Amino acid sequence: MTLAVRCSQLCKRYDNKLEAVKGLELEVHAGECFGLLGPNGAGKTTTIEILEGLLEPTSGVVEILGRRWGTDDRELRELLGICLQETKLPEKLTVLEILQLFRSFYATGQEPAAIMQKVALSEKAQTWVTKLSGGQKQRLAVACALVGNPRILFLDEPTTGLDPQSRRQLWDIVREFKQNGGTVMLTTHYMDEAERLCDRVAIVDQGRVIALGTPAELIAGLGGEHVVEFTLDGGNGLPIAEVSGLRSVRSARWEGECYSLNVGEPHIAIPALIHTVRDRGLSLAGLTTRHASLEDVFVTLTGRHLRDQ
Amino acid sequence: MRRYHPLRELVLCRFREFAREPEVVFWVFGFPLLLAIGLGIAFRNQPQEKIFVGVIEDPAAATTVERLQANPAIHVEIVSPEAASKALRMGRLSLVLALGHSVEYRYDPTRPDSLLARSQVDAALQKAAGRQDPIAVSEKQVTEPGARYIDFLIPGLLGMNLMGGGMWGIGFVIVDMRSKKLLKRIIATPMRKSDFMLAMFTSRMAFMLVEVVILLIFGWLAFGMIIRGSWASIVAVAFVGCMSFAGIGLLVSSRAQKIETVSGLMNLVMLPMYVLSGVFFSAERFPQTVQPLIQALPLTALNNALRAVILEGSYLSSQAGALAIMATWGIVGYLLAIRWFRWN
Ligand SMILES: Nc1ncnc2c1ncn2[C@@H]1O[C@H](COP(=O)(O)OP(=O)(O)OP(=O)(O)O)[C@@H](O)[C@H]1O
Ligand SMILES: [Mg+2]
Repeated sequence: MTLAVRCSQLCKRYDNKLEAVKGLELEVHAGECFGLLGPNGAGKTTTIEILEGLLEPTSGVVEILGRRWGTDDRELRELLGICLQETKLPEKLTVLEILQLFRSFYATGQEPAAIMQKVALSEKAQTWVTKLSGGQKQRLAVACALVGNPRILFLDEPTTGLDPQSRRQLWDIVREFKQNGGTVMLTTHYMDEAERLCDRVAIVDQGRVIALGTPAELIAGLGGEHVVEFTLDGGNGLPIAEVSGLRSVRSARWEGECYSLNVGEPHIAIPALIHTVRDRGLSLAGLTTRHASLEDVFVTLTGRHLRDQ
Repeated sequence: MRRYHPLRELVLCRFREFAREPEVVFWVFGFPLLLAIGLGIAFRNQPQEKIFVGVIEDPAAATTVERLQANPAIHVEIVSPEAASKALRMGRLSLVLALGHSVEYRYDPTRPDSLLARSQVDAALQKAAGRQDPIAVSEKQVTEPGARYIDFLIPGLLGMNLMGGGMWGIGFVIVDMRSKKLLKRIIATPMRKSDFMLAMFTSRMAFMLVEVVILLIFGWLAFGMIIRGSWASIVAVAFVGCMSFAGIGLLVSSRAQKIETVSGLMNLVMLPMYVLSGVFFSAERFPQTVQPLIQALPLTALNNALRAVILEGSYLSSQAGALAIMATWGIVGYLLAIRWFRWN
């Protein structure tokens, strides 16, 4: 399989001595959708901007489609489509004008009209950027990244702050790009986005990759694909060790408000749990079960939630 | 030819963004015209002003008043001694006459109106008393277009406008784009940086042409200003000035991340030149010791050259010195800017 992106021993230290990326290793295969998932400040933007050639790494090697920044810049720029975490496009230009502008920068590419159709903005061709909704603005930003017919699409938090419908529209655009043979690398701190959209995910925390694989593999790595959460009347009267020892329970944590268990087979674990609770003279205040998610992978690995800040 | 040419698209976008900001259009094109109208009216050449004179109560006052009234420009009144000194202090009267065995003139010699009053009043009194002037004189009064305040003002406003255009149209616009991460976004494309710079300068040049034509045509229509120089030399001078300030504007924008920072820098550049460089009054009024400095400023050079070609019809070659000063500022500004420029 050919590599779209490879980086190894990537480090980035900002002027203020903060080490945002600490020896990061990544390989993105051509034709896949690869996600960097991590909490705020994990170093996702720093990493992706180094890959995009917009930031200098302090040390490390970056190869994009077998080429390197510093020697093949012009060629690489023609091959990449980029969507920054925050860009304010010129407010008083229309959608069509902005796409014509970006199209003019590339030697080859798509007609603005075709790209507008693809991102469902044809009706807004003559509308100023100020008058677009958040989701439409974001689709325009992605359109600007697509207009040069890139081979790799870099998206930095493309759906942050969007409503569910706008997020799904964006996912469809990304899927279509991938179906046509494109490679996608995106960052997100939405676990559901990573699970649904990405073929493979790297979970990043404090500048390092702490887990890598397909969403299914990562979740399977928990040992149990189900999560059982319960609360007791009167707090945490049940020792964790006792809960962990129950049949089919792979791991257990006290989360401050409730117990959280990774469970292989809920129909075995739950009766055992109820039994233990009753034996101890305690009573259950609530119990829920759900499928494990990447969020649980992150919590298991770091003891923190993705959204904790 | 490519369907979408980057230079053309960049310039077109600059024009569109400009035209869609009514306030900016007003400040660039409308405001100088309003200034010209306001100042042109305030400092229009007025008929001679009246001279206000007081005569302190005295039996002989009436005759003196009568003699003074022979000159229609002199307005005389009889006043009490207290009222006289108060009116003199407050500036209502320019001169007070105290009659005795001689005529005493009371006035403040630092007030130009008082000096004028003294000489006019003295002449009127002496003449009425029979003085003969040994030299015969005649008068021919001239108020010609070309020598009025408005004629002086309009080239100055044009110079000021070209300076503002370079600062706002390049300096401010670039920092605004940087603060919105737009610069970073466009260099993430294969766009040539030189195309971007060229587009900024090309659009500045186009705005410059419109500014020159609007102000001069306005001066001609509204104030009958006479343009003596050729349009070619006027545009050539304006072009060099425009490019000079574009270079300085680029320098000002090269590092600033926030528009507050660049606004401060722009004021730092522009405010001294508004005052020193002869926009509203001649730069020659400043003391001799600071003249070398003032003459070396780009706006002084631009204003001098514009006035020379517009008002006196000077040839471009006679303005080589001024053009060289402007070019130096522009080129040095541009080279430093390119060295320091940050795209993100
Ligand atoms: N220009 C900069 N100068 C100094 N420190 C920076 C700079 N940019 C980012 N950082 C720091 O580097 C760390 C990683 O930042 P980065 O933007 O890569 O995180 P992120 O994972 O993209 O976070 P988010 O989800 O909030 O976008 C943070 O601690 C941040 O404060
Ligand atoms: Mg980020």
